Amino acid sequence: MPQYQNLFTAVQATGPTQSGVPIENGEHERALKPFFLHLLGRIGNAQIGPIYLGGLGLASLILGTLAFNIIGFNMLASVNWNPIEFVRQLFWLALEPPAPVYGLSFPPMNEGGWWLLTGLFLTASLFFWWARMYRRAKALGLGMHIPWAFAAALWLYLVLGFFRPILMGSWSEAVPFGIFPHLDWTAAFSLRYGNLFYNPFHALSIVFLYGSVLLFAMHGATILAVTRYGGEREIEQIVDRGTASERAALFWRWTMGFNATMESIHRWAWWFAVLCPITGGIGILLTGTVVDNWYLWAVKHGVAPPYPVVFPVVVDPATVMGVKP
Amino acid sequence: MIKALFLKGLALASVVLLSACERPVMDSVQRGYRGTGMVQVYNPRIIEQNEELHAAPVALPPASADGPKAGKVYQNVKVLGDLSVAQFTQLMVSMTNWVAPTEGCAYCHNPANFAEEGKYTKVVARRMIEMTQHINSGWKNHVAETGVTCYTCHRGQPVPSQIWFKEPPQANGADFIGGRAGQNLAAKSVGLSSLPSDPFTPFLLDSLDIRVNGDTALPSGNRHSIKQAEWTYGLMTHMSTALGVNCTYCHNSRSFSSWEGNPPQRATAWHGIRMARELNLNYLEPLTATFPSQRKGEMGDVAKLNCATCHQGAYKPLNGAPMIKNHPELVGKPAPAQVAAVKR
Repeated sequence: MPQYQNLFTAVQATGPTQSGVPIENGEHERALKPFFLHLLGRIGNAQIGPIYLGGLGLASLILGTLAFNIIGFNMLASVNWNPIEFVRQLFWLALEPPAPVYGLSFPPMNEGGWWLLTGLFLTASLFFWWARMYRRAKALGLGMHIPWAFAAALWLYLVLGFFRPILMGSWSEAVPFGIFPHLDWTAAFSLRYGNLFYNPFHALSIVFLYGSVLLFAMHGATILAVTRYGGEREIEQIVDRGTASERAALFWRWTMGFNATMESIHRWAWWFAVLCPITGGIGILLTGTVVDNWYLWAVKHGVAPPYPVVFPVVVDPATVMGVKP
Repeated sequence: MIKALFLKGLALASVVLLSACERPVMDSVQRGYRGTGMVQVYNPRIIEQNEELHAAPVALPPASADGPKAGKVYQNVKVLGDLSVAQFTQLMVSMTNWVAPTEGCAYCHNPANFAEEGKYTKVVARRMIEMTQHINSGWKNHVAETGVTCYTCHRGQPVPSQIWFKEPPQANGADFIGGRAGQNLAAKSVGLSSLPSDPFTPFLLDSLDIRVNGDTALPSGNRHSIKQAEWTYGLMTHMSTALGVNCTYCHNSRSFSSWEGNPPQRATAWHGIRMARELNLNYLEPLTATFPSQRKGEMGDVAKLNCATCHQGAYKPLNGAPMIKNHPELVGKPAPAQVAAVKR
């Protein structure tokens, strides 16, 4: 009898490998003879393969690899082709978007041209990957939940690197490809547009981000906690609720007065996850295009409350230039 | 076996990851209204470690103003001629202690003829005395009555430890691919961030716009870009590192651009930026021809100053010790209001 009361996966079912359910016209496209990997079985399914590559997958991988390599070689060139510095400074290196002076035109390769080309390849790669997800979901007769959730992430990606720069009339507004540099960009974005924390869509996005985390933890914990009563058959219990379902539901009603159902908890999770990039993308799209200074916007609309004066009042010296520099 | 190896690896990785961190506990000081994040965080161990660095030097006993003037007794005294010989000597000895304690008088003077101008160091030192006098009289809105002496920057070294040179352009091989746009390296000048690593040339030499925020809620023609914000961010990171403070030492946590509700230190810092710019332009750059090439940067430019040159990690240099109390001769005559180098 398997035990589920521990925190880490302890059960690994082994048997003959499976090449999956039979589908119409799908069999011949499955590559890689399945095999087992015990270590992966500790965090997921021990069976690796079969894999489906297909034309879309191939196109996506090729374009993605191109983008990845252009970024990598730009980083390597930026430390004068020194492999040691490349490793040492990897987190600091980046491929920068063009300078503001180039607007939406195609800049010289070394001043943003590579960035633009990478953006094109990466975007194409992501879209091919999206189409592949869509086609595979269709082939397996699934709902479209996964491709549409991925599309929500693509929306935020496009807002950051495509829609907003075009509305602002400058590629320079977009994000650099780099670990720390893209974080610096994020901070600079907030600094430039008067504190993004006063952007209500940013706030919503954070709600959905942290909300997703909370829901994930609540749901995962609940299901693990009731598996001893058969709760891991959660989908079955949507319509045929058993004692696991009833105990889980009662637990949440006892502790917070309300419970999601075996069905609705998955809708909660899907919508929270999807709304995080959707609202975030709206917030980014409005920044600079519709609102220039979120703090002043929040003051204007009574969102930012006034605080008691603590420091002696100082006047901006730039406004009293005549007195003394 | 694998499990033990894995655990050891995990422990090692954690140690490596954490080794870059400062260990707790930190001191935090609330300065603004509660809940607004107006807090300064200090590491008491670093402060203790740097105590010696921020200790003011012992002042020599004051000299009498009586007796013949230095300008009458010595030859070629151009700046300090009004001092008495005793005062003049006292300052010269102090300067030796401050700037060249191991090299002695001969660092600037020809021992055979003190009046001679043979050594470039003497020419520079004279200009630096003028600069010090100018700072203490013309920039009271930054240095107040505390003032500065040679020691504030030099700390017993002929060349101050915290100086900057213009950044050389990227090495060849980066002319077609790998342009960094002046950023994206772990740069000491900006607190090891990947921000633009030379924010001094545009802001402390040129006077490009530091302010990037718009002053209206909705767009009304402010075309400053995010990239410009990164340059400003670089300068501000330098200031924060140089003074050993957080952003909120000067800024209101809710709006960095708003002057409402920010600590008064921001105005002091504002004047400090203009001061550094003016000194670099009017006192240091003009000495370019005077300095020998080994004292210059890769771009052939003269060593210049920024906030760290005086502050060296303390929000008040030498922890605010009064520097000109014993050296009134280092306070210049009130100069007519300067106009140069002062833009927004």
